Amino acid sequence: MTLIAERPALVGHPEEEHGPTGILKWITSTDHKVIGKSYMITSLAFFCLAGIFAVLMRTQLASPDNTIVSQHTYNELFTMHGSLMLYLFAGPFAFGGLANFFVPLQIGAPDMAFPRLNALSYWLYLGGGTTMVLGFFTVGGAADFGWVAYAPLSDAVNSPGAGPDMWIVALVLTGFSAIFTGVNIITTVFYLRAPGLTMFRMPVFTWNMMVTGLLILIAFPVLTAAVVMLWCDRHLGTHIYTVSGGGVPVLWQNLFWFFGHPEVYILALPYFGMVTEVLPVFSRKPVFGYRGLVFATISIAALSTSVWAHHMFTTGVVLLPFFSLLSYLIAVPTGLKFFNWIGTMWRGSLKFDTPMLFAIGFLVVFLFGGVTGIFLASPPIDFAVHDTYFVVAHFHEVLFGSAVFAGFAGFYYWYPKMFGRMMRESLGKASFWFMFVGFWVTFLPQYLLGLHGMPRRIAEYSASTGWTTLNRISTVGAYLLFIAVAIMLVNVYVSWRRPIQAPANPWDGHTLEWATSSPPPHHNFYRLPPIRSERPVWDYNHPEHTVHKYEEERRAKRDGTPVPAPSGAAAGEGGAGEP
Amino acid sequence: MKHESYLMLILAVFGAIIAFIFWAVGLNRSYVTMTSGGTVMLAAFCLLGLLPGAYYLWWSRHMTRRAEDDPGATPASDAGSIVGVFPSSSIWPFVLGGAALLVALSLVFGFWTATLGFALAVSALIGVIVESRRGSVH
Repeated sequence: MTLIAERPALVGHPEEEHGPTGILKWITSTDHKVIGKSYMITSLAFFCLAGIFAVLMRTQLASPDNTIVSQHTYNELFTMHGSLMLYLFAGPFAFGGLANFFVPLQIGAPDMAFPRLNALSYWLYLGGGTTMVLGFFTVGGAADFGWVAYAPLSDAVNSPGAGPDMWIVALVLTGFSAIFTGVNIITTVFYLRAPGLTMFRMPVFTWNMMVTGLLILIAFPVLTAAVVMLWCDRHLGTHIYTVSGGGVPVLWQNLFWFFGHPEVYILALPYFGMVTEVLPVFSRKPVFGYRGLVFATISIAALSTSVWAHHMFTTGVVLLPFFSLLSYLIAVPTGLKFFNWIGTMWRGSLKFDTPMLFAIGFLVVFLFGGVTGIFLASPPIDFAVHDTYFVVAHFHEVLFGSAVFAGFAGFYYWYPKMFGRMMRESLGKASFWFMFVGFWVTFLPQYLLGLHGMPRRIAEYSASTGWTTLNRISTVGAYLLFIAVAIMLVNVYVSWRRPIQAPANPWDGHTLEWATSSPPPHHNFYRLPPIRSERPVWDYNHPEHTVHKYEEERRAKRDGTPVPAPSGAAAGEGGAGEP
Repeated sequence: MKHESYLMLILAVFGAIIAFIFWAVGLNRSYVTMTSGGTVMLAAFCLLGLLPGAYYLWWSRHMTRRAEDDPGATPASDAGSIVGVFPSSSIWPFVLGGAALLVALSLVFGFWTATLGFALAVSALIGVIVESRRGSVH
């Protein structure tokens, strides 16, 4: 086995023993694994906080004319629920957490390309996120204009106080954090791949993370510019978004959604990548249609930049046919992905461990969200259900489906690698079933409520509307979801108190992260298996089942050359021994 | 390096086409100021793919093939070459992050936090330069 330790002449490779200890070790660490874990823990904390907000809101809506929270508090709750979930959980959990940890591992790199920039990204994220939450402790309370901060509502007259300003500051800081991480991941993928790991041998997870990085570079600068202009409107007397000085309020929507729609895919593509890692491993098959998945990812990313105004159909100042057509087009690569995922499972020998359950849950949930997304891309339907609970149900199916179902699939799948201990299967499965049932109980009634005309973002409704029963069912579902997350946290706690040691490759994985120990050593690899396909570890452990061998045999048959010896490419260069 | 450049250039070509269509379809509309904003952003998206993509394409023709682009390479292929310098620990990202937070908070609390922030940022800058010259802390 060739030692990777011979490959990079690393400066600073000696193990960390000489470095600082305790909290200083955490603060000064530039190791992508430590930073990735910090991201993950921080974003899960924000997730739990935002989940509590959601449960509060659902409790408020359980009965008509309820007064558990005031209208103002309710506005703060849904604003911070959306902001925390979208800006501080869904993106950073995948892109800051799992990508940070696993992209270098999957491409055989010792660290991210810019370790210090990586650490800076985390500190900006932590500072920005904390600032946003601390808005609750200002005199006027936290921001209360929705996570989209539409223009006349977010100006200094309608939303006075320091809370909205802290929200703006948080977006600037976390925006820069995302941009830096994006640059870091793209550079890492372009320059630090292991020998033989060509672009078309990269795991789909890494592909998706890189494409997400490109999308971040396209989208986030627009958001940062837009919120800085909003701040100028609030404090410097400019009139960019105000009619009185000749500004255009809808311009905010135009800029925001130019960020906002790519953002939806910034939140979805990483999770597509996680599912694409989990499904083949638990089907014990190579991923079906690898190149198709990669090209689908690229086309989703490209198309997502030119559909932003489908959020603005009802403003009357957008090109309806253009945006409607392009929104429909996105269904094509997404559908292709679905066929590839189903094809991956088709006739595989499936193992229904917790990650696989969550991944299949994602397929079901996201399909439903995707189909209602096609409804909403049609302007006539959108005019009817715009700003109703139909939209709320749609985007929760899409985003909960990806960020939570697929995100938990990834979390359960990689937890042994990250922390060197196994999660309990029984608790994991219980968590899944609570979540799956709770999910439908929460969001199916919301579709109906939307069709019955219940608007979003209202704190109270009258009993005469007839919405009570459906709202109550939805609230019960929200409690089930709360229990599901609680079980997951218990699972983490149990694995912490009574650890079951994780082996290096507990799931018989395919990609390079399973070639190193759990958790990986400092600078990741002591040795690497030879890389001859997109699943080098599988090839190494199962030389009789390698895909590239079949390809070589087929090529040999076609060209009429002798078939290579069985001991050929798979184990030949590496020789005997454990990977 | 070729595939990387093609990826960027595909995005650039898509951006150029879509920006043109968007601009052309949006002409003669009453809300042309709205569509002009979108055209500018789409053109910027095209440039984001074009500039690095063209550079990578140029560079890929002037370099010998890297081991990571060679499908037959083994882990020993680039033995001895230095892939990068990876510090194990550094306090300066934390300081710089705190500095950025203070500067940004001046948007809420007034200019005094920015003065503190800039002082910290300068010290972090000096610190990180000294650290890189000396070789990183292990």
